Amino acid sequence: MADASAATGSGTIRVSASHSVVLGLILRRTGLSLLLLLTVSIVVFAGTELLPGDVAQIVLGQSATPDALAGLRLTLHLDQPAWHRYFTWLFGLLTLNPGESLVNNMPVADLVGGRLGNSLLLASLTTLVTVPLALLIGITAAVWRGSPYDRTVNLLTVAAVSVPEFLFATSAVLIFAVHLHWLPALSYAADADSFSGLLRSFALPVGTLAVAIFPQMARMTRAALISTLGSSYIEMAVLKGVRPVRLILRHALPNALGPIANAIALSLSFLLGGIVVVESVFNYPGLAKLMVDAVSTRDMPLVQACAMIFCSGYLLLVLTADIVAILSNPRLRYR
Amino acid sequence: MSDEATGWTRRQAMRLGLAAGLGISAGGLLVPRAYADEPKRGGSIRAANYTSSTKDTLDPAHANNSTDYARLFMFYNGLTVFDEQLNPLPDLATSVESSDAKVWTVKLRKGVMFHDGSPFTADDVVFSLERHKDPKNSSVVAPIARQFEEIKTTAEDEIRITLSAPNSELPTILAIYQFVIVKNGTTDFNKGIGTGPFLCKEFSPGVRSLGVRNPNYFHSGKPYLDQVTFLGIPDNAARVNALLSGDIELAGAINPHSTRDVKAAKGFEVFESKSGSYTDLIMHLDAPDTGNPDFIMAMKYLQDREKIKSSVFLDYAAIGNDQPIDPTNPYYSPELAQRAFDPDKAKFHLKKANISGARLVCSPAPTGSVDMAVILQNAAQGIGFNLELQRVPADGFWSNYWLKSPFTYGNVNPRPSANILLTLFFQSTAPWNESHWKDEKFDKLLVDARAQTDVTKRKAMYADMQRMINEEAGIGIPVFISGIDAHTSRLKGLRAVPTGGMMGFNFAQNVWLDG
Repeated sequence: MADASAATGSGTIRVSASHSVVLGLILRRTGLSLLLLLTVSIVVFAGTELLPGDVAQIVLGQSATPDALAGLRLTLHLDQPAWHRYFTWLFGLLTLNPGESLVNNMPVADLVGGRLGNSLLLASLTTLVTVPLALLIGITAAVWRGSPYDRTVNLLTVAAVSVPEFLFATSAVLIFAVHLHWLPALSYAADADSFSGLLRSFALPVGTLAVAIFPQMARMTRAALISTLGSSYIEMAVLKGVRPVRLILRHALPNALGPIANAIALSLSFLLGGIVVVESVFNYPGLAKLMVDAVSTRDMPLVQACAMIFCSGYLLLVLTADIVAILSNPRLRYR
Repeated sequence: MSDEATGWTRRQAMRLGLAAGLGISAGGLLVPRAYADEPKRGGSIRAANYTSSTKDTLDPAHANNSTDYARLFMFYNGLTVFDEQLNPLPDLATSVESSDAKVWTVKLRKGVMFHDGSPFTADDVVFSLERHKDPKNSSVVAPIARQFEEIKTTAEDEIRITLSAPNSELPTILAIYQFVIVKNGTTDFNKGIGTGPFLCKEFSPGVRSLGVRNPNYFHSGKPYLDQVTFLGIPDNAARVNALLSGDIELAGAINPHSTRDVKAAKGFEVFESKSGSYTDLIMHLDAPDTGNPDFIMAMKYLQDREKIKSSVFLDYAAIGNDQPIDPTNPYYSPELAQRAFDPDKAKFHLKKANISGARLVCSPAPTGSVDMAVILQNAAQGIGFNLELQRVPADGFWSNYWLKSPFTYGNVNPRPSANILLTLFFQSTAPWNESHWKDEKFDKLLVDARAQTDVTKRKAMYADMQRMINEEAGIGIPVFISGIDAHTSRLKGLRAVPTGGMMGFNFAQNVWLDG
């Protein structure tokens, strides 16, 4: 919130006017996201409706008898029109009651709850490791652009982004777990009873995810900063005699913050739903694996709940990035 | 295996069980005396099998995969339990006896306690068996339980089961996973309250189950381990890597190709369980082309069984003979002539059938069927027959293609007895009658075999049924697939039980850690 304090520090009339502009922009952006979320809910609901076959038939499988089918259709309210079921479901979602699993009759909220916690833990640990590192490397590479250091960073990040994560994960397991016995091959949050235990059991999955998302962030940071550094007001500042550190942090970075925040948000959104490979390789009980389970057992309420969580997470991250971009944009702040 | 061994061991087993109940080492029931290594107490292991999802259950009526079975045997006991020859030994029962194979008297073990401290009684047995008949419980073994016409408590430690028709295999049926005994009146099964070797400390569907040693277990001395964690790791490579890195001690159902990695690593062993599991070629007898007897015969002759055994399953398989009873089964008939790979005969039959091409559906869902289909396609090419392969994804295969497509593959898990297997998959009215084969004589043999108490006669009946399937059914069974597990060499006491890997999923109470 350094930007906000900077904004309040300069002038009075201009600030209140710009406040309302910024506030309006944020509100409009948030409203748009909510509208998008509603659209997504329709798409998710329609998508699961379109999966081949009668849900009751699939749930009962080979042992389906006409009586059991009729009974299950009634329990699933399949006798009611789709729009009616959609609104019932939407209302359930809004009241945080996404229904019951068709497969084991446990509340979906319970099933999702623990897994969501695990996914968020993995995602936040990865964020903690990658974001500072990516910013540091991206900024330094931009500052010393063209240097051997910059070229090495470029080479390594391109190489890292080109290796699919299942290859990296499996190789890392083979090297660090199977051959060297340094780290466990499986990762399970509940096994970590101490800090060192936590570090050990998360080292490989976090490392794999970091390699998957860090290069993109670092490269975007570098690119955004370089384009800002090329602009004339930076040249002016250099001529004015501003010291390099201040030049980067105070003058260049705020203007590059928008695109950087976007790059980070896009990379992080991958951490919620896109990590099914990492969850499978390390047998980590996260949300992505839960959703794959749910699809294969045709557990519709669970599939819908997971899909909605992923979409909301994605929208939330992109929204945050946009708001950061709005707030950090001096042209919007001082108008 | 002699004729005597098949039927009489059951009787002997029942008597042996009676003796065991009277005080001769009950723990020794499954461990032959001559076994070299002495079991050691203590230690904990983590074991992983390949399926695990939110569908995981501790309700015996809903258990339908290997992970469920392993958990059932950690927390519950059956009235009987299988040994390595699939003879049912007494477990919670001390004897299961009948004079006419219709009315059975089951005597129960005394002094057994459930995990919550309540005593095990005849009422628990009646409740546990009756609930499979109630449609509300949608039990997966309902078709089998239907023959329990009446289940009655006759004394505190005795029940009487009256069957709808004579069935000499009741002791075998009672050893089936789903018939394990739960507490009378149980509605919430997630706590896993049984009489079994481990107390359920944690049960997280799709994640793991944790059992700690039951100090009051009725087989004295067992279990040997203090704690067993059971996981599901669906990815084969992840399962093998977890074993090799020391994260788990036992990995179930590994891919034949992974055995090389396990053998190459020091301190690990591959454990093979010969079993009756098979992947079969299905040809619908009531469809055009696949219903032609000459086409069926041609496809049976075109199976390169040796090649399938060695290249698809790396010799972790036994040659099959187009009938479903495998060589580990007491009723296997060695007299039936082995059908060989014979392209010339296949060509002759195809010419007679006047069919020039066919379209075969294969999928990763039935184990090895894609590779088997490619081998068949190559053989067909060799005799100028155009076999087209339609590969479909594993997801949805069982509901959309199996039993529906006239020319495809299926996969059958090992069943505890020949009669159960034949009833499920070959009886004319069976819902899983894969090739739509209908034969009144076979149906009669199948029912009569249940009532037949003379072992020699019964064996002859099963030999007849095997011959009929081999010659007439639209089913090609090239090989029987072994179960392959891998474990650290420190894990001792595993012995192969043909119902499946991991000792027929009953490893938890029988293994120990050495060193």
